[in-house]
Formats: sequence, C-alpha cells, structure tokens
Amino acid sequence: MRCLEREGVELLFGYSGGAAMPIFDALVDSTVKLVLVRHEQGATHMADGYARATGKPGVVLVTSGPGATNCVTGLLTALMDSVPMVVLTGQTITSMLGKDAFQEADVTGITYPVVKHSYLVKNAADIPRVMKEAFYLARTGRPGPVLVDLPKDITQGPCTAPMVDEPISLPGYHVPGRADPELVKKAAAYLAKSRKPVLYIGHGAVISDAGPAIMQLAEKLQAPIVNTLLGKGACPEDHALHQGMLGMHGTAYANKTVANCDLIFAIGARWDDRITGKLSEFCKDAIKLHIDIDVAEFGKVLRPDVCLAGDARLVVEDLLPLVKKCDSADWLKEIGTWRKQYPLKYPKKGGLRAQYVLDRLDKLGGRDCIITTDVGQHQMWAAQFCRTTKNRHWLSSGGAGTMGFGFPAAIGAAYASPGKKVWAICGDGGFQMTLAELATAFLSKLPVKVLIINNSYLGMIRQWQELFFDNRISGADLEGNPDFVKLAQAYGVKAWRVKRAGDVDKVLKAAMAYDQGPCVVEAEVVKEDNVFPMIPAGAAVKDMIIEKPKHRMEKPQGST
Amino acid sequence: MPTTIQRGSQFELDPGKPVRRHPVTEEVIQPLHTISLLVRNKPGVLVRVSLVFSRRGYNIESLVVSPALSAPGASEISGDFSRMTITCSGDPDTLEQIIKQLEKLIDVVHAIDHTGQSVIESELALIKVTIALKERTEILQIAEHYRAKVVDYGSESMILRVEGETDKIDAVIALLKPFHIAELVRSGKILMVRGSLTT
Ligand SMILES: Cc1cc2nc3c(=O)[nH]c(=O)nc-3n(C[C@H](O)[C@H](O)[C@H](O)COP(=O)(O)OP(=O)(O)OC[C@H]3O[C@@H](n4cnc5c(N)ncnc54)[C@H](O)[C@@H]3O)c2cc1C
Ligand SMILES: Cc1ncc(C[n+]2csc(CCOP(=O)(O)OP(=O)(O)O)c2C)c(N)n1
Ligand SMILES: [Mg+2]
Repeated sequence: MRCLEREGVELLFGYSGGAAMPIFDALVDSTVKLVLVRHEQGATHMADGYARATGKPGVVLVTSGPGATNCVTGLLTALMDSVPMVVLTGQTITSMLGKDAFQEADVTGITYPVVKHSYLVKNAADIPRVMKEAFYLARTGRPGPVLVDLPKDITQGPCTAPMVDEPISLPGYHVPGRADPELVKKAAAYLAKSRKPVLYIGHGAVISDAGPAIMQLAEKLQAPIVNTLLGKGACPEDHALHQGMLGMHGTAYANKTVANCDLIFAIGARWDDRITGKLSEFCKDAIKLHIDIDVAEFGKVLRPDVCLAGDARLVVEDLLPLVKKCDSADWLKEIGTWRKQYPLKYPKKGGLRAQYVLDRLDKLGGRDCIITTDVGQHQMWAAQFCRTTKNRHWLSSGGAGTMGFGFPAAIGAAYASPGKKVWAICGDGGFQMTLAELATAFLSKLPVKVLIINNSYLGMIRQWQELFFDNRISGADLEGNPDFVKLAQAYGVKAWRVKRAGDVDKVLKAAMAYDQGPCVVEAEVVKEDNVFPMIPAGAAVKDMIIEKPKHRMEKPQGST
Repeated sequence: MPTTIQRGSQFELDPGKPVRRHPVTEEVIQPLHTISLLVRNKPGVLVRVSLVFSRRGYNIESLVVSPALSAPGASEISGDFSRMTITCSGDPDTLEQIIKQLEKLIDVVHAIDHTGQSVIESELALIKVTIALKERTEILQIAEHYRAKVVDYGSESMILRVEGETDKIDAVIALLKPFHIAELVRSGKILMVRGSLTT
C-alpha cells in the first residue's frame, strides 16, 4: 500500500476475494481510495478510462483465479491502445503454486500476450522494487498494462523491505526521447519539397500532448490534418485545416486527401488496417514520414522514407524551426471542393436518427465534455459528429474494439476529472455487457451521462450483413432488450427516453444540467441505418461507398 | 539499432544458396537464421521469447540457453543474465518484426540477427546407429573423416559424437542414414561473432 501511495495513486478499482484479502485489509488504513465495482472487467475499463483521461496509470485490484481472468479483456483493450495501467491480482500462497489450489490460475501465464510486462512476486522483500518498476513501465515509452501477481503469503506481510529510492535498473528497456537530428533534417527536406502534404495524427500525439506543436507545424506548413479514431482531440477538429477522421468510416474528404497526397506524415499513429485498407494501393507514390516512440512500428506495416524514433511532441518541436510554408494553396483549394462535394450527411426524414442526436449533443455543449464510446455504429457516428477539440476528451476502444468499454470507462474518466461532465455513448448491445456498473456509478454520484443509441440491433453487424452478406441477418437482432429507462431507475439512476427529433434538445439539455449524479438517456432510433462513408475492409479509397449502394457487394477481403 | 529503414528488406537472402533439406525427411526447409539474445534471467523470459515466434507462425528449430556474463563487458557470471541462441526459419520480413518485438521485451537486453555476418558457429550431435557386423568399418570411416568420436561401442549399436557447423552435422547424418539411425540428439547451434562486434 505504501508503494501505491508513493506512486501518487489516489484510487483504485477493485473487487475482493480470498487471495486478495490482505491487500483489501491494508486499504482500510491507507489514503488510497477503493472504488468497489460490480465486475472485474468493469474495473479494468474504469482504470483504463481514468488513465486515458489523465495519462496517469489506472490501478486495478482483484483476487486470484476467476477475478484475474475477468481482467483479460481489459488488459487486451489497454495493450492494443497503449494505455498505462497496473493490475494487481491476488494469488494462492507460494507453497501451493502449481498444485491446483482453490482459485488458482496461472495468471502470469494466461496474460503474457496481453501485457506490456508482468511479475509474479515470490518474495515480500521484492514488493517495493517490483511496484516501482511496474508503474515506471506502465507510464513510460509506449504505455501499456503491467500485471503484478501477488501470492497471499507475500501480501500477508509484514514487509520490512525499505522503499526503493535508487534509479530503476532495466538494462533491456530503452525509451527514445528525441530523434536523430540528421533524420529530422531529412524529414524537413522532404516537407520542403511537398506540394500536397497531409499530417496523419494518431493516439501517440494524444499521449505525448503534441497537439499545440502539431498545430504550429500545420499552420507553418499550411498542411491539412487528419486524425485516427484514437487521435481525436490532439488537434482541434474544428480548425480550418482539420479534415476530421480518416479510415474505414472517416470523412470522404479526409480519405480523398490521403489518397491524393504526395507526402503523408504519421505522428504517433501506426498505419492500422482500418486506415490503410488495401495496402498495395495505400498512398502508393507518396513520401511517408513516421514518428513513433516504438521502433518496432517502423516497417511493421509499410516502409516509411524517414522513421523518427522519439516522443511525438519533442520530435515535432525539433522539426518546427526547420520547416517553412509549403506551396500548398492549390492543394487546400482542392480539399475545399471535396469538403463541399462530399459533406457528412444523413437523411433528415424517416424517424429519429442517431446522427441527429449526436450532432445535437455536439452543438449543446458536448465539446466541453469528455466523451467515451462503446463499439459499433454509434461509435462511428459519434466519431463523425461529435468533434473533439481538447486533448484526452475522446476515449474509445480502437484496437481491440471492446464492447462494454464505454460506460465503465466514463466512470473512470469522471473519477479522474472532477468538475467535468462525462458522456458515455453506448449501443444497446454493448451497454448490456457492463451495465452492472450502474450501481458503481450511482454510488459515486459522479456526473456520468449515458446516451444509449438503441437501434434494437447489433447495428454494425447488421450493416455488414446487409451490405456484404445479401442482407442475411444472423445473430444481430437484439429482441428482448430491457426497458432501459426502468432498468436505470431500478438502480436509482435518473433516466429519460427520447423517440422524436423534436424532443432531443429538451432531453439532452435536461441531462446536461442534471447534477444529482449519473443519468441515462435512451434514444430510440431508426433500426436499420448504416454508417457512411465506408471503405470496405481491405479495399482502397476509390472503392469508398458514400451512400447505400444499389448493386450487390462482394464479401470484403480484409480481415475485419 | 537501425533508425532508418529503406524500402526493401534488410534481410535479403543470398540468392545463390541452395535450398536446405531436412537431413532425415528430406523436406525442403526455409533458410535458417540465427539470432542471439542476451536476456535477464527472470522467470517467464523463455515463454515471452517463444510467444513472439509462435504468434507469428515462425518455427524455432533450435534454442540453446546458457548462463552469460553478468553484464555486457563484465568478467564474472552472476546468474543474472542468460544467453539464448535461436535458429529459426521463415520469411525475412516476419523475422525483422520478430527481432524488433524481441528487442521490445523488457527482459531482453539485445537481440541480434547474425545472418550474413562472419561468425564462429558450433553444434554437437549424438548419433546412435544400429549396426550389422559388416557395416562397422564403413561407419568408422565416416566417423574418422568427420572427426566424430565413437563414445559408445556395443555389439548392436554405437554412438558417435560429432561437433562442428550445422552443415557438417547435416552431412554426417545424411551419410549415416543408410545404416539406420536409431536415435539422434543435437545440442542446437551456438554461435559467436568474430572480431569486436557483439554477439
Ligand atoms: C468499429 C471500429 C471501426 C473503426 N474504424 C476506424 C476508422 O474508420 N478510422 C480510424 O482511424 N480508426 C478506426 N478504428 C480504430 C482502429 O482500429 C485503430 O484502433 C486506430 O486507427 C489506431 O489509431 P492510432 O494508430 O492513432 O493509435 P494506437 O493504435 O494507439 O497507436 C498509437 C501509436 O503511437 C505510438 N506512441 C505512443 N506514445 C507515443 C509518444 N509519446 N510519441 C510518439 N508515438 C507514440 C505508439 O507506439 C503507437 O504506434 C475503428 C475501430 C473500431 C472498433
Ligand atoms: C466483446 C465484443 N464482442 C463482439 C464484438 C463484435 N461487434 C462489433 S460491433 C458489434 C455490434 C454492437 O452493437 P451495439 O452495441 O448495439 O451498437 P450499434 O452497432 O448497434 O450501434 C459487435 C457485436 C465486439 N466488438 N466486442
Ligand atoms: Mg445497437
């Protein structure tokens, strides 16, 4: 416990059990506050939301066996999106390890592929060093989850080992800071020659708070910006140079910008397949520059012309004095015509549209709130219509695409950001995966506002089946959904339902103003709507679908 | 650690090299690569290393783990560090990614691919052959030619111990194949770079 206090931990998200009881007991006398969750997966997403909102590691404490295995999804989610997290798991006593003891699971073994690093502590004297290393590893370099498995006899104490003050010695761990100046010069030289540059901003820019430096770069160069789903918020999406999100469900003009550029500059982004689509056609002839703190990203998907290993903010700052305005006036004009030609749009008739609700949320103060999302159509619509203007104000599970993430992540974010309103935008499917945390939210009295986009379908699945599987709907109909308003009320949580466009503003304003704790807004929207634009998985930008196609589509070639 | 990577793989294979075949089954095998790792001797490090390979469908042919000097350049062996020498086969682009992912492991101090470098390599094999009376001299001739030592000499079988480069051991095994090899145990390759470069 004292180790946690020393790391500046204020609170942890936990769920108890036999093997973790000594640690829970120590919590009683500690300054570290416990948030008791209703399911361990919820604890991991709360810690994740806490971490994404602050940059500080979120902390989870659970028991052995099933308590620990319930954390696996949360670990994967955090690993895929580079989120700092420390997960403490109770374990059976050391002498019983490997003997199928009660609630024993080989937790380090099960979790090897989903952690940045992990420890099985076999000696109480190691606790101070291990804890210090765990937080250091979680937070630095490319952030990620670290797991510490703690057998009960080790945590039962007493631990008399002194706190560790000497610097950490990890000879196999190197964190790049500033990139090689020669390479920075080379990048500047390429930028100077470019007539059609684009800055492709990713989550690494959020993590390193590179936004202000990138905006200076963009303005100096007069280069357009696009960001990934996870890069939202690093640079204000309402800026004139900003073209919104790129990729599978990005704006048509962002994707056209990328498809026609002569130089693409990835800043803390990893060329995910939801962005590159068909790799052999992706920016075929464009110069590629890439800043990343993880050198294993260089050459993983494609081979950039210049790889700058370092922290996004530091590298961009080093680059700034070396660049000047690009001759990009014609390019920006061309992009402007795409913006006019292919704006984001949706039908205004035929019932309540999710897009309309999210558009209104954006206009009614959504940009000042932290927005978390679940996974599915509502996530993509939120990404399109809720523009993010502040760093760490957009939290979404991208790499793992974990349904059930949005709501607990919002609780974590609310704990992390006192005074901020937090909106969780969830689907009717995903919300039901972690809705038990309504109790946690209710007890917290935090301003978490859940917007359930209820289309009575696993909408994203239904969309794919409609478009690519001849509309053969299989396992996507969510008949049997509960009455979400009554459900919330059963937990003591205030709730509204909205069915008509005319009522949206009234309800959203009421929810925005509600200050007695969490609340739920259920929007009953058109059941069968699709997210457009869409570039089918594994296809190229030229195959982008802007509206519902009239002809039959082949099954996509890309992975998912 | 390379900071720039140009288009095209760093690990182009020597096009003049003949295809490799398994000494016993004669299946064609992908060209072999040898990777040296210096790792911290922590529990789980071997699993972490092997997961990097298995996740990408790469096949480890041999793996030798041994105690290393306590720090690069130190002269004593404290048991804090180990050496791993891994031979594996698969496509070069995946190998490049594997090396980088190995480097990324917290407990791996360095990972170096030695393909194309000037190295000293060595491997040991124990080969048990069942023998008919009239085959003895021929086997002994093979042994003599390859400086294999006869370490067990029985009436129905003998065990040869042969040391050397992998190709040499493959050759001995191929020659002995007609005589019915009853058992074969190889140590896996170990290797060291010549001169002042790091292994
Ligand atoms: C249903 C669904 C649809 C999706 N559709 C889209 C879509 O249309 N468009 C889209 O963009 N995404 C989409 N995604 C998300 C997508 O799967 C990826 O998660 C996302 O594109 C990855 O974004 P990223 O590369 O910015 O972030 P990450 O995957 O988090 O990568 C961040 C990179 O930054 C590096 N980094 C970390 N810290 C630093 C630092 N300090 N300095 C420098 N570099 C650093 C990391 O090493 C890493 O390489 C979708 C996801 C789902 C679930
Ligand atoms: C845990 C998990 N299981 C399955 C999926 C696959 N999946 C992706 S989107 C989706 C549908 C989500 O439905 P819903 O939450 O109602 O959101 P909608 O798409 O309708 O907005 C599913 C099943 C997933 N991403 N995560
Ligand atoms: Mg739905």
